[in-house]
This record gives sequence, C-alpha cells and structure tokens, in this order.
Amino acid sequence: MSTFNSADIGAFKDVWVFCEQREGKLMPTDFELISKGRDLADELGVNLCGLLLGDDADGIAKELGGYGADKVYVCNHPLLKVYTTDGYAKVICDVIRDLKPEAFLIGATNIGRDLGPRCAARLHTGLCADCTHLDVDVPNYIQFLRESSTLDVDSMKWDMGDRNLKMTRPAFGGHLMATIICPRFRPCMATVRPGVMKKNAFDQAKADACEIVHPAFELSEGDFQTEVTEVVKAAKKLVDLIGADYIVSVGRGISKDVEGGIKLAEELAAELGGVVGGSRATIDSGWLSADHQVGQTGKTVHPKVYIALGISGAIQHKAGMQDSECIIAVNKNDTAPIFEIADYGICGDLFKVTPLLTEAIRAAKAAK
Amino acid sequence: MDFHLSREHELIRKMMADFTENEVKPIAAETDKTGAYPRENIEKLFDLGVMGICVPKEYGGAGADPLASAICIEELSKQCASTGDIVATHNGLCCDPILTHGTEEQKKKYLPMLTTGRKVGAFCLTEPNAGSDASKGQTEAKLVGDHYVMNGSKIFITNGYVADVFVVFAMTDKSKGTRGISAFIVESSFPGFSVGKHEEKMGLHGSPTAEIVFTDCIVPKENMLGKEGKGFGIAMQTLDGGRIGIAAQALGIAEGALNEAKEYTKGRVQFGRPIAAFQNTQFTLADMELGCQAGKLLTYRAAVMKGNGERYTKEAAEAKLFCSEHAMKTTTKALQMFGGYGYTKDYPMERMMRDAKITEIYEGTSEVQRIVISANMGLR
Amino acid sequence: MKIIVSIKQVPDTSGKVAVNPDGTLNRASMQTITNPDDMNALEAALKIKDETGCKVIVITMGPPPAASMLREALAMGADEAVLVSGREFGGSDTYATSQILAAAVQKIGVDPDDIVICGRQAIDGDTAQVGPQMAEKLRLPQVTYAAQIHKDGNEITVQRMLEDGYMTVKVKTPCLLTCIKELNKPRYMSIGGIYSAYEKPLVTFDYEALKDSPLIDPSTIGLKGSPTNIFKSFTPPQKGEGIMLEGNGKETCEKLASILVEKHII
Repeated sequence: MSTFNSADIGAFKDVWVFCEQREGKLMPTDFELISKGRDLADELGVNLCGLLLGDDADGIAKELGGYGADKVYVCNHPLLKVYTTDGYAKVICDVIRDLKPEAFLIGATNIGRDLGPRCAARLHTGLCADCTHLDVDVPNYIQFLRESSTLDVDSMKWDMGDRNLKMTRPAFGGHLMATIICPRFRPCMATVRPGVMKKNAFDQAKADACEIVHPAFELSEGDFQTEVTEVVKAAKKLVDLIGADYIVSVGRGISKDVEGGIKLAEELAAELGGVVGGSRATIDSGWLSADHQVGQTGKTVHPKVYIALGISGAIQHKAGMQDSECIIAVNKNDTAPIFEIADYGICGDLFKVTPLLTEAIRAAKAAK
Repeated sequence: MDFHLSREHELIRKMMADFTENEVKPIAAETDKTGAYPRENIEKLFDLGVMGICVPKEYGGAGADPLASAICIEELSKQCASTGDIVATHNGLCCDPILTHGTEEQKKKYLPMLTTGRKVGAFCLTEPNAGSDASKGQTEAKLVGDHYVMNGSKIFITNGYVADVFVVFAMTDKSKGTRGISAFIVESSFPGFSVGKHEEKMGLHGSPTAEIVFTDCIVPKENMLGKEGKGFGIAMQTLDGGRIGIAAQALGIAEGALNEAKEYTKGRVQFGRPIAAFQNTQFTLADMELGCQAGKLLTYRAAVMKGNGERYTKEAAEAKLFCSEHAMKTTTKALQMFGGYGYTKDYPMERMMRDAKITEIYEGTSEVQRIVISANMGLR
Repeated sequence: MKIIVSIKQVPDTSGKVAVNPDGTLNRASMQTITNPDDMNALEAALKIKDETGCKVIVITMGPPPAASMLREALAMGADEAVLVSGREFGGSDTYATSQILAAAVQKIGVDPDDIVICGRQAIDGDTAQVGPQMAEKLRLPQVTYAAQIHKDGNEITVQRMLEDGYMTVKVKTPCLLTCIKELNKPRYMSIGGIYSAYEKPLVTFDYEALKDSPLIDPSTIGLKGSPTNIFKSFTPPQKGEGIMLEGNGKETCEKLASILVEKHII
C-alpha cells in the first residue's frame, strides 16, 4: 500500500462517485451523481469513476457507464452484500488510500450520510453535507450566484484559476445558503441531496465502453462490530398532513362533482408523493373526514408545495397554510384571496386544470 | 426591589409554556365543546409535579413557592382556563389549607395522596343560601362518639365529581354563627358522601363543577382540620391564597386573548392594510398590554408576600379584582377585533370571554374584593 | 454504566426567520432551543436511566450561554453536565467539532458498558456529521437514524430507518447511536427537576482541560484545524410577488411544471 497523506493534494486525481446498491439494484441517486460527476470531471479534465460495493455487483456496474462513468471500481465480497458502516467504511477508505481520488461524491441517503462522515473522519478530510449544487469552474459558479443569490457578483474579486470544488448547500432551514470548499485536504467529499442533480440520457455505447476494475482490498469478520439481522422494506406509511411535503387541498370549488374533484386531487397528490387536504367547507359538508382539514380549526401545515384547488382563501384557511414553501392556487375567480398569497396562480376550472397539471408534472418528472 | 424572576421560576414558565402549547392548546376547544374533564392532561400535570406544587418534598410535592404555582396557573390559562381552574383549586384550596392547618398525621396521610397519590382535591364552602355570606351555612356536623355525622349540601364545587379529597366547612355549633364553623377533611369514599347535580355553566366547561351532598356522612373525629370553631378563619385564609390562583388564571386568560388579538390583527387585512395598522386597534391593544403588565405585578407581589409569610389579604384581593376585571375587558375587546369570526367557535375568543366571566364571581365576587380591600384601608 | 448525550443549542429555525437588510441572518431576533433531535437522544437516555438507574451525562460544545440549555437537560433528569467551551474551539467545522467532543468524551471516560447518544442532525447546519465523526474518533461502532432502541444487557438492538424501510442492527456497548424524532416523545422538565437542576454538577472543559488529549492539536481544531471553509454564504432571492400564469390550458400547466422542476420544487 502506498503512503497516504490527505494534505498532499497534488497526489490526488479523478472524481469518484459512491454508487449505492440495495438488494442488488442501483439507486436512482447513483445516476444523478454520475451525471453531475461527469460535468465536474470534465471541468477538471480527469476521469469519472464509480465505486460500487456488493457481493456480486459486476452485472449492474456497466449501466453507470451509460450515464457518464469512464470506469467503475467494483468491490465484491459476501460481507458487502448489505450495507454496514463497518464493512463499507473499511473497504472504501482502504481503496481511497490506494487510489487517491481528488473528489468523492456520495448520495445523501440515510446510508450515504452514515458512511460519508465516518470515512471523512478516518481519512482526515473535509465533507460537505447534503449539497444541492456543485461547481469547479469559477465562471459557472458566478453564473449560478447570479441566478440564485442576492450577491452582487460583478463587484466581487474572483480567482478564475481556482480549481476547488465549490459545494453549495442550504443551512438554517433553507433561509441561508453556504458554499463550502475544502482547499487543504483530499479527497474533497460531498454528500449530495437525492433528486436534485439532473440525470443524463442513458448512452448504451458508453455503457459498453465502461471499464470494470476490481481493486484489491481486505475484509474479514473481525472488521465488524455491528450485525445487521434484517432489512425490511416497508411501504411508506400514510403520512399525516403535518409531516407531508406535498399537499393538494380541495375547497368548495369541487361542489359540482365532489367525488370527481377529490379523485383529481388524489391523482395529483399521488403523482407528487403527497396527501390530500381540505378546507373547512369540505369537512363540514362531509366530503372529507376531519383529519384532512387545514386551517384555523384544522391543522397548520408547512409543506414544500401546497396546491389549493377551488379554495377561495378565507383568513381561517390561510392561517393553516400560509407558511408553505410554495403555494399554487387554481380558482375560477381571479379575485379570490388565495391568489394574494400564492406563488403561482392559475385562473380556471379545477376540473379542467387539475388533470392537465397532473399530466404535465408527470411528464416533467419523467424528463428530469 | 428586583422585578426579575429567579432562574427556577423562568424554567418553570418555559416548561409550562411548552406544555400548554403542545398538550393543552390542541384540546382546549374540544374540552370546551364536550365539557369533558381533561383527565390525561391532569395526569401529566401530576407527573410533572404541578399538582400539589407547593407541598414540601417530605410529603411528596416539589416544595415550590406560591409564585411558582401562580406561574403554572397563568400559563395553562392562556390556552385553557378550565385546566388552570382545576390546578388552582387543587393547589390553593385543598393542598394549601391541609398544609397550613393540618396536624402532622393529616399532612402525612393526605398530602402524599394529593401529590404522588394522584388524587384530586376540592373545597366545599358555598351553599345554596350561603354565597358571599358564608356565615349562613346550613351544613352541620355533630359529634357522635369517635366521629362526626355530617348533613347538608354544598354547591358550585370545582373538581366536585373528580376529586377524592375535600376540605369541607360545616357548623359544629349553630348558635355561635361564624364561630360555630369548623373545617374537615372528607374523602369521597366516606359513607354518606355523594355527588349531586353536575352544573351546566356558561364557561369553564372542562372544569368539573358539581353539588356535593352529605347524608349522615361519617367523618372520623381526627379529620377535623384545625380547631373546633376555627373553620371560618381557615376558610377566609384559604380564600386569600386561592385568590392569587384566580388572579393568575384571569391574568392568563387576558394574556392569551391579547396574544390571539395581536396575531389576528397583524394578518387581517381590511381597507387595504392589516387592522393592526389602525390606531384604534393599536390603542386598544396598548390598554390590554398595560393591564396585563399591571395585573402581573399585583399577582406576583401577592404570591411573593404569601411565600414570605407576610399578611397578604388586601394584596390578594387587589390582584384578583384587577386581573378578573381586566380579563373580562380584554376578552371582550379582543373578540370585537375578530369581528364576526370572534363570535364563532372557529376562534377561541368567545370561549375566552365566557371563561373570563367567572373570575369576577368565584372565590369572592368583585364586590367582595372591594369589601376586603376597603376593610384593609383603615377606614374604620 | 453511563450514557453520554451530546446536545447542541441552536437558533429556532422552525418559525419565521428574520434576515437583515444585508442578507445575513438576524440571529439576535431568533430564540435558541435545544436541537430537536437531541431532545430525542436525551429522552432515549433518560428512558434507559428509568429502567436501569444508570447515570446520564449531557455534553455540549458552545459559548457559555449554552449552560442554560444544559440546566434544562438536568431539569429533565440528566445527572451531570459538561460544557465544552473555549476561544480555541471557535470556527470549528464538523470534523474539528467531533475531534473536540471526542476528546471531551474521552476525558469523561467511556467504559465497556457505556453508550454515547446524539441527535441525528442539528437544525442550524443539518449536516448529521458530528455523530459518526465522533464515533470514528472514539473508535466506537455507530448506528445512525435510530427509530427504536432495545437494550438487553450489553447488547443493543436498533431499528435503523431507511428511506424505503428499516434495518435491524445489533451492536454491543460501548457504542454511539444517533436518534431521529420517531424514536420517542421527549419529556418535559419537571418542577422537582427544575429545583434540583442548579444543584447538579455542571463543569466546563476549556482548552486547558483538553489540551493534553492527542485529539486536540491546533491543526485539528478551531477555524485553522477545520478541513472545510465557507467560501461564500448568501441568501436566496426573497420570495417575490406571486405570479398569475396566463391561460389555463395544457401549455400553462406544462409551463408551471417546468418552473417547479427548474426550481427543484418537485
């Protein structure tokens, strides 16, 4: 094994992505990170490599090439079949010490956020958690700030030769953004929020050309201090309104076809992975049960997206949802008060608009 | 003179504010609607040591001072005056007289019951024909061998149908008027004890109010609280302390209503701007705030004086009178700010207003408070 | 046996957050609270204390006012508190913080039947890194995202939450666990606890107290010892006035969907 010194930054090269598999299947985040890693590797002029651990993972490795990996390091071992902090951190740190990548991206899943800090602490390097944006080239970063910040980028001094990975992430509940660098140690590590990076189109030719490499590593039972006794896949339990990220609420506007209106809301909620809520009118009329009620006498919610269908926006309804991160309102009446607090408003019949919106969101997500 | 709470009192306020927000507020409207006794929350308040808070540690309490009790009642009453009432009665009208006037045996038996034993306490003074004039009580206790036989009925008893331990006032010698009144500790399990009519009230729906009936009720001789014939003094002294609790309750109601009004008027837009931007609203809110601050000073002063062992009869009456009238004024004005919404049950304003009214009546009406204050002004 | 619970005082970001005119966070206007996940960690420890009678020690790194949070933990039922505080520790990133906290935990001492418990992550930084990094520095096995903890002698069985289910992990003491909110409902301070909170020991570990630890070195702690630096910080553009989209047909819906995707809202 060659010597490893995380401060000897000249000795490090290539961008790596940890590719997580669960039950022998790659995670969607892997493709997102490989796609983003491709951009970063191109900016740095280096190779992009996947790092895949499992008990027999060769078969799924080439697919990563189709999204941009030049090479996939595959570590197969019976003890790596299921994720354990002990086994994965040992193998990953050993391989990194040998092969010295300059950047190492990990999906910010519950597994990635267990693994990342353990490895960073062992390797004595920096790790930025849950990133939503990554840049190397300064002009790209300036352009990003121009679009996404209130900073006056033109009056700032920039070092155009700066090759640090600029890792941007939200802090303070999203009220503040911070760009983190790791200038003195390598590899520069980041966990990346799932669903944020755009996935490249799959390219079969690139997949075929992707090189599979089996790096040397050692692993034995003695390396383990924990034992995973079972892994259970559980259907996502029905989230209640308060914990939901997406809420589609209906109001008196569904009165001409209550069942149909609720069905449309359910379809839209299902597409978003959210739940259905209702204004007081829908609960009082017996159209929805009381646990669906949003507002002064119901629940106070703050989802990422609140879609109000046929809700006029009386003050007692607004009291329950006005702190939602993004409010979308659909209402026939263009003077409905709900539009005053909506981020996006569509004036129209919810029975016509909702199915179109559901379809448009489905298409937009598929194209992502 | 230092107007800062101690660090312990600050923590108690913080804890009670969290508890009230998370446990009391979510069920306050439902409690009012159904009239159900908030049993789970009272159980939790036993867990936290709020029930019987001033009882010394050796009898199972937290050994806190009257100010700590007042802060707890105030915070609870910001969201639910019924819960505040249950605690105020238990602490001020049952634990306190037993602690102050009880024999060592009585304290050892009853105070642990009222704290770690999770039994609720109550206080029985008022009768159909003896309200503000407590000397006209008809309930009688006659000594027969080693026990008293009690007959009569008491009305408007807070915690009436949930309590296990009652401090009861009865005539042991009718010929002596107030000097013939004695105090007793009565358990609901004593033969001849029964709960009569459950009162339907304008407000405080979660506070269980009932008639208590004694029919040849057997009360052991050793359950007399204080000396024979000293009951009236015990009652008056207990009510002095109880008034601090009601002052705290009324203060909490007023503060709760003010908080609601502040939030609402900032969000409610009429004539193109939030109604909090109108000077009429601002001036009204200023008066509400001022009264809350004044009431707080009066209430805390009375509580601290009680804790110091000073005489505080006048101060407790002042606090109770001021806070209860301010609670009524504040809830009325706050409801007005909500307009039609305030009159509906979508908002807590009408409940707060109904709850506030009783604070001007029980544990001595506002008129009685004025009698107490003027009697302590050296006018005679 | 004892349990060491690592907690953090954080600004309450759950309510409205005030931003200064220059785009920085108005911290003075924000209340501080004990980090919510850390409350679950403390409750987990107190539950084990209820069952076994073990000692619970709370530890935090922060400025001197963080002592008030430690008193609250003592009022909830913890037995002792340690405040790790020093100028030299300022500006630490998660790596340096875990280095310092690990040194403090070592100074307290980790016995074979001890457990270290942390919250999953703090709401100011949301990194979830200090727990695992401390575990590495202490050479303890870690189980993160604990949704259930069952202790049977020295063996601890943890239900570890995954996005699509959970895994059951067995680990022996000494070990480090991080907790999520599904684990339990934190208790309130009790009145009795409040009155004894100021009588319980609260000690401060400053640089002098920890400097002999091999983990404490100017090159591994504080701003200078932090591998990561803040390159820029900024506020996202303020949420502007809402947009009334034109039309209500297919194109309008497609336009809205593409905006939502572009802004990472869906």
